Amino acid sequence: MDNYAVEMTGITKIFGEGFKANDNVNLRVKRGDIHALVGENGAGKSTLMNILYGMYRPDSGYIKINSAEKTFHSPSEAISGGIGMVHQHFMLVETLSVLENIILGDEPAGFAGIIDYNTCRKRIKELAFVFRIDIDLDAKVGSLPVGIQQKIEILKILYRNAEILILDEPTAVLTPRETEGLFKTLKELRSEGKTIILISHKMSEVLSISDRITVLRRGKVTGDLHTADTGKSELGRLIVGEEIADLSVKVKTPFEDTILEVKNVSIKNDRKFLAIEDISFLVQSGEILGIAGVEGNGQTELIEALSGIREIDSGTVLLNGKRLQQNDVIAHIPADRHKHGIVKEYPLYMNILLGRESESGFSTPYHLKQKELINYTDNLIKEFDIRPADHGQLMGGLSGGNQQKAVAARELTKDTDLIIASHPTRGLDIKAAKFVHEALLSERRKGKAVVLVSTDLSELLMLSDRIAVMYNGTITGMFKAVQTDENEIGMYMTGMMAKDSKK
Amino acid sequence: MQELPMDEILDIAFLLQTLRITIPYLLPSVGAVFSEKGGVINIALEGILLAGAFCTAVGTFYTGNVLLGIVCGVSAGVLIAYIHSIITITFKANQIVSGIALNIFALGITKFFCKILFNSSSNSARIEGLETLNLPFNPFLLLCIIILAISYITIYRTKFGLRLRAAGENPEAADSLGINVNRIRYAGVLISGALAGLGGAWLAFEQHSFTDGMSAGRGYIALAAMIIGKWNPLGAAAACLLFGFAESFTLQFQNSGIPTQFIQMLPYVLTIIVLAGFIGKANPPAADGIPFEKKD
Repeated sequence: MDNYAVEMTGITKIFGEGFKANDNVNLRVKRGDIHALVGENGAGKSTLMNILYGMYRPDSGYIKINSAEKTFHSPSEAISGGIGMVHQHFMLVETLSVLENIILGDEPAGFAGIIDYNTCRKRIKELAFVFRIDIDLDAKVGSLPVGIQQKIEILKILYRNAEILILDEPTAVLTPRETEGLFKTLKELRSEGKTIILISHKMSEVLSISDRITVLRRGKVTGDLHTADTGKSELGRLIVGEEIADLSVKVKTPFEDTILEVKNVSIKNDRKFLAIEDISFLVQSGEILGIAGVEGNGQTELIEALSGIREIDSGTVLLNGKRLQQNDVIAHIPADRHKHGIVKEYPLYMNILLGRESESGFSTPYHLKQKELINYTDNLIKEFDIRPADHGQLMGGLSGGNQQKAVAARELTKDTDLIIASHPTRGLDIKAAKFVHEALLSERRKGKAVVLVSTDLSELLMLSDRIAVMYNGTITGMFKAVQTDENEIGMYMTGMMAKDSKK
Repeated sequence: MQELPMDEILDIAFLLQTLRITIPYLLPSVGAVFSEKGGVINIALEGILLAGAFCTAVGTFYTGNVLLGIVCGVSAGVLIAYIHSIITITFKANQIVSGIALNIFALGITKFFCKILFNSSSNSARIEGLETLNLPFNPFLLLCIIILAISYITIYRTKFGLRLRAAGENPEAADSLGINVNRIRYAGVLISGALAGLGGAWLAFEQHSFTDGMSAGRGYIALAAMIIGKWNPLGAAAACLLFGFAESFTLQFQNSGIPTQFIQMLPYVLTIIVLAGFIGKANPPAADGIPFEKKD
């Protein structure tokens, strides 16, 4: 008897008009392994896992679990077959307690359906003890940080006796410390004999945690590797299908005018509490200032204030030496492009117009200059490599990467010295992310000042000249990017360290 | 100005009057909690009260039995709630539109059958009241207390309640755990229909007849009470008591020398003060009013 927990053989899944999301894919996962499934967005990783999890039916191919052929028609069947999945977007009910979330759908109940909380509490405590997950079972889920929420998701599937755990991009939302914690838990699970399938596109993580790696590109398997026998360059080539050139070298720019000056600024959040307390910093021409920090430590409020959608409580913000006004033009790549960056129901060229409708190039006081706008859009499509290259394409029909390119195209071509970019590459694949990075670096070379907020420390270290670390509404550290590393920043991000950041 | 007779406010008769007025608010209000906790807004409660009252009157009139009358009223409530469920849960139509349509429908159809059965479009013949049961206490009052206790336990302590709350907060999450969201929502709406139908029965017995439009906006006030009570059955009940007290107060002091208009204003002023001052932000279930669309 072989020791494979999961064998997927010849899996093909066709969507719509002949698009092959999975094309004759084979995946074998050894029992007790951490098996990574890597590839770019749209490579077919999630489709494959959704087939395993019973959400989709394959058009051909078969699945064996522990050497027995199985067909799951729904996630519930997969769950009772011992397979559990932690989705990228957590499936948690925020107003319910941790305990209630874990037992939901599988509640031990007695007379009149009254839940036997004692029994399940005991069982969950045992599980948490075995796998060393430390959680307050009575806390409301909505009040907990994402790292903990993820552990709740893991406990949820362990509670349902899962032997095989699928994790979809589990580190996308985590800080470095939380990621470390997650990996510890995953190792703990492995040592207890559980099998783990990890979907990821972060190469360094995959290399550090997994035992084996399967690479998908455009629906096909391009590699099946022992982690110990491979490295970044081979993996990168298998994922992208070509060598990725390094980013253009950063050189010191010759500019030194101060573009943005933030002086003793405090900002209140929606609940009228101080989200930002007395912070000060400068951004110079030709400089990228990275802002690191765990989400929810005031970055959102700071960005909203700088981009004019939130009032400043006290202090001053100067743009080119003058007080920042509501109608000052600023390039802003927002964190949530669906909410603040685009209108999905509008065609591409109308999205290019958003926020720029009163520029004289696009409108007279009486009407829009459609022709000029369309010409302009066509140029941007070329310059920013937006696909499909059709100015009339509805924005919602573009892939995430192309939507983000369109937002970048609109914002970066504005007539302004200040660019604010918030999580500009979140959810993008390697190629699209690199494109956005290059675009930011090119603006920096032109002498613009860039404020870059991100939770991805490697991105910050790669692009920024200086990095400010935010914790609890203050700047706890300010570093030159070349003189620091992820560990140091991580310490400041979690408030374990702070130094006087005046200036 | 005459001094307010405080001892009169606090006497037993006044208290009982307050409770009697509270009943037709409380039942639909607690019902609304079930519906909305599951994610379905049910403004059809107004129409359900009316239809419940009408069918109770008809049932009682023809059978001469108060209990059978109640069964008729509750059945009518469940039936209208069922129609609301089909429209909003199965066919995912807008919940407000469906609710308004059903309210207008209830208004029309009760009048129509009132004319046919009692030869008057404004009121039914006189019916027997709860006094025929010969009980030493008000059975509806007891029923309200029992319903309140059971509702609280059901929502916060049982499997069904947990699933209901999940269906109203994050139906995708509930669905991912194998819970049939739509079925749970049907149950929530049907319970609200049954309770509002019961509220209608009380209205009919109080007046010993059905009169056209006798629900008089109580279904809407019940919804307001549910919101003031923050979607919690006990909170909703407390808010209903407040409305009951205000209305009772109005009745008590209509002839006390204080201008009537001023007295009649009080319940509404009270509502505004309570809403603005004491309750604070009320968060409805996150998926309240949003049909659940299963992804595939």
